[in-house]
Amino acid sequence: MNLIDASVPRLGHGFRLQWEEVQGCHVLLYPEGMVKLNQSAGEILLRCDGQRGLADIVAQLETAFGASGLRPEVEKFLEIATHKRWVTLA
Amino acid sequence: MNLLAPLAPAVGPPLWLLAELTYRCPLHCIFCYNPTDFARHESELGTDEWLRVLREGRALGAVQCGFSGGEPLVRDDLEVLVAEAHRLGYYTNLLTSGVGLTPERAAALKAAGLDHIQLSFQDSTREVNDFLSHTKTFALKQRVGEMLKAQGWPMVMNVVIHRLNIEHIGRIIEMAHELGAEYIELANTQYYSWAEVNRAHLLPTTEQLKRAEAITDEWRARLEGQMKIFFVAPDYHEGKPKKCMNGWGNVFLTIAPDGAALPCHTARMLPGLTFPSVREKSLKEIWYDSDGFNRFRGTGWMKEPCVSCAHKEEDLGGCRCQAYLLAQDAAAADPVCVRSPHHAVVKYVVALADAGVVPAKPIVFRDRANSLRLSAG
Repeated sequence: MNLIDASVPRLGHGFRLQWEEVQGCHVLLYPEGMVKLNQSAGEILLRCDGQRGLADIVAQLETAFGASGLRPEVEKFLEIATHKRWVTLA
Repeated sequence: MNLLAPLAPAVGPPLWLLAELTYRCPLHCIFCYNPTDFARHESELGTDEWLRVLREGRALGAVQCGFSGGEPLVRDDLEVLVAEAHRLGYYTNLLTSGVGLTPERAAALKAAGLDHIQLSFQDSTREVNDFLSHTKTFALKQRVGEMLKAQGWPMVMNVVIHRLNIEHIGRIIEMAHELGAEYIELANTQYYSWAEVNRAHLLPTTEQLKRAEAITDEWRARLEGQMKIFFVAPDYHEGKPKKCMNGWGNVFLTIAPDGAALPCHTARMLPGLTFPSVREKSLKEIWYDSDGFNRFRGTGWMKEPCVSCAHKEEDLGGCRCQAYLLAQDAAAADPVCVRSPHHAVVKYVVALADAGVVPAKPIVFRDRANSLRLSAG
């Protein structure tokens, strides 16, 4: 998989991301199933809206969390998420 | 910090709410999982009652909502219920045979926010042996398939597999592919309710199952990337119990058409257990405090050989309904397990199937008259 600055990830068809108060986390819902997301996965997926490119997403996360060097972690997650079809790339 | 706040309950929330809207159904499937006495539970919840159930379930934390039956399309308030479920934030699933679906209804369900449809593929006639050659069935599924595609839903199919169709499993897979299915679940029959009544007709031989699995594997390789195929393990033949419902009262909450709240479709047949109705109690009280839901939670209720078994957390002793049906004791180890002292019962019925013993009793179709007859007295 080739992730470049301009790769624009969005949620896969049939997937829905939402915050669940009772579980205290973001979850990804799909036909007859659910994945509980940890905080970083939730924060990344929240930004996979089909508008923002990878470089923007990384920059926004780094600003939001006052961190740097997040790109490898984001790329690694997106590779897994794409493989699981949670995310598709445009 | 409020020290007087009540402690959080140790039991997790129900994540899956299954609304069995009705037992009415235009089909007469001989493997139906609806209770055999369904004709004694015909007082269906009304629209307002279902709306309250949906709200209470969501407040408890349920995220997946399934609408099933019977045939849920016979309820003309289905669109209203789907719309409310969607508004509340559920992921909404409809489990249907497709009988009664029209392009107009499909569009209305889409507009109401329906996320997903699982289409069950079963014969719409009483002629079981015509299952595959019956062009009416195929034409119906084709029409329904086109309606689903038109609304942008993926085509997800479920086919119950049994001795009367298992020899045609390759053709079934091919047909699903021709219909444009993206996913097919080949569900080996589970022997409860009507399937238990008809077990001697439905149980395939060990040899048939092996062949069916090999053919499924071939098709899986051939259709890689086009259609996913899931083969549900047949527990009678494998000697391995399933972690039924992912644990009793763990994630699944089923509401029967008359409002009885159950840990699974069939639990109401277990003697000595009471399951409150949503007409009398809130879902919260039912889920956390009722005897019915607490009885088989966790592992505390187990007997030997489960108590000292290394697999007890993995399969939670298997299915309570199956334990009752096969060992007349809902707290026994599931007799499909090779470690169960009652396993011989399962081996015996599989041996009868393997030997080709012709069932003495005729097939019993799922209909109202048979339901009343089976539950008489």
